[in-house]
Amino acid sequence: MSMRETKISVRNLHKRLGPRQVLRGIDLEITEGQSLVVIGASGSGKSVMLKCMIGLMKADKGSVIVDGRNIARHSESDRRFMTKQSGMLFQGSALFDSLRIWENVAFRLLHAEKSSRKAAQKKALECLAQVGLAPEVGNLMPSELSGGMQKRVSLARAIASDPQILFFDEPTTGLDPIMADVINNLIVERVKALGATAISITHDMASARKIADEIAMLYQGRIIWRGKPDEIENSNNPMVEQFVNGRAEGPITMAVTRA
Amino acid sequence: MNLFAATGRLTLDALRETGRISGFASQGAMAWFTGPFYWRAFYAALIRIGFTSLPVVGLTAIFTGAALALNIYDGSLRFNAETFLPQILSVSIVRELGPVLAALMVAGRASSAMAAEIGTMRVTEQIDAMSTLAVNPFKYLIAPRILATTLTLPILVLIADIIGIYGGYLVSVYALDFGGPVYIQNISEFLETRDIVTGLVKAGVFGFLISVMGCYYGYTSSGGAQGVGAATRTAVVAAAVVVLAANYLLTSLFVQV
Ligand SMILES: Nc1ncnc2c1ncn2[C@@H]1O[C@H](COP(=O)(O)OP(=O)(O)OP(=O)(O)O)[C@@H](O)[C@H]1O
Ligand SMILES: [Mg+2]
Repeated sequence: MSMRETKISVRNLHKRLGPRQVLRGIDLEITEGQSLVVIGASGSGKSVMLKCMIGLMKADKGSVIVDGRNIARHSESDRRFMTKQSGMLFQGSALFDSLRIWENVAFRLLHAEKSSRKAAQKKALECLAQVGLAPEVGNLMPSELSGGMQKRVSLARAIASDPQILFFDEPTTGLDPIMADVINNLIVERVKALGATAISITHDMASARKIADEIAMLYQGRIIWRGKPDEIENSNNPMVEQFVNGRAEGPITMAVTRA
Repeated sequence: MNLFAATGRLTLDALRETGRISGFASQGAMAWFTGPFYWRAFYAALIRIGFTSLPVVGLTAIFTGAALALNIYDGSLRFNAETFLPQILSVSIVRELGPVLAALMVAGRASSAMAAEIGTMRVTEQIDAMSTLAVNPFKYLIAPRILATTLTLPILVLIADIIGIYGGYLVSVYALDFGGPVYIQNISEFLETRDIVTGLVKAGVFGFLISVMGCYYGYTSSGGAQGVGAATRTAVVAAAVVVLAANYLLTSLFVQV
């Protein structure tokens, strides 16, 4: 793995939203073909970090270097460069509610890659099958699906055009344990088969252990710990220990009550 | 002192907003010329904005034309000019009432719908999702709607003109004892192409303004259902006010005094 090149390099990333300084200097290197999982308390800025990395939000300070280009400058061409090669699953699914499921999954194929409706539909149904959804689902509208099904459609949409970089914002939240494991396997397989680079956010430690080559923890706007999944039990870091063991008492709660 | 500061701040805010809307409008219009153009979205907008507005525009026109005939008759009777009713009625409708009433109706229907739809997409991150799928939301959502409204409003106005004049005709012939053929002949001899064309030009401008307001307030909305509600309300009010202001400006351009 060490022979591979760095795909994404985040340096000193800062982002303020309203009165809150959400990101206070994120440093993160992700090697090509690596699967990184980011954990952290609710509201700690994980989603914001992801949005800055894919170019949806403009960072106040710092850089996000992807293949030698600084995405954080946020120019039109940078964003196009980034969206061309990446796919993102949104925490809230963010399905287009006026389009049918298969049109959601095939959206990029239909409107950015100009494939025929027939070919796009075929590909969409394949992707739906990969996330355990029957072809009939393709003709439904997003509002007719359960939350967990919407999440899987969103995952199918993110991977439909085989992107090089995958961003998953809580891919298994709201799924039953069996389906969560199917999704975990799918993510692992994607990263392996396509050599894609993946950054996932999760609260689900079982999922994190399964899909991560490495785990990083975000706390108070910085990455405070990073290591292999089997190192996380003996991290010697009170914040990580508290998070992994899910204890209400500890340094993290202190910060919450103070805020 | 505080009053001055407040007024100043208000003026500055208004200017800033105007600047942002102008930027938004030119970006939306620019998107027509730099591909890709999403035809499907454009057709859908044509149907939704144009076709489904027909009933309400038609009803508004026929009742207004009918009431206008009565009012003109009653007013012109005072100086024995009631024979000019068809001419006065037709020029009022074609130059003023047709474009303004149709635009206000469409402002109520279409700009609120656009603001609500695009605003919901904004707050549920559908617009962000669209960007990550390599589709420019400006080209997919904004440009087709603005173009569709700009093109359909003149057609709606033309229909409103005809229905409005017909409403006047019904009242004049059946209630005021005008001769039907004479009524039509008077109008067709009196109306100039200029009257109709200026009305349609107005309509095009109104269509552009209405859709820009709907799209802008939707696109920039934030803060959940309440934010979308506020955006919708602002869009309708702004569209109506802008239409009326633009109507005066354009009229004063067309009517050289
Ligand atoms: N658009 C926004 N405007 C203002 N503040 C925001 C916005 N988005 C996020 N925030 C704030 O930024 C902080 C981090 O939010 P973020 O969504 O990144 O949290 P998170 O780590 O993803 O939490 P969760 O695990 O609950 O999803 C929160 O305090 C939130 O209030
Ligand atoms: Mg989040």
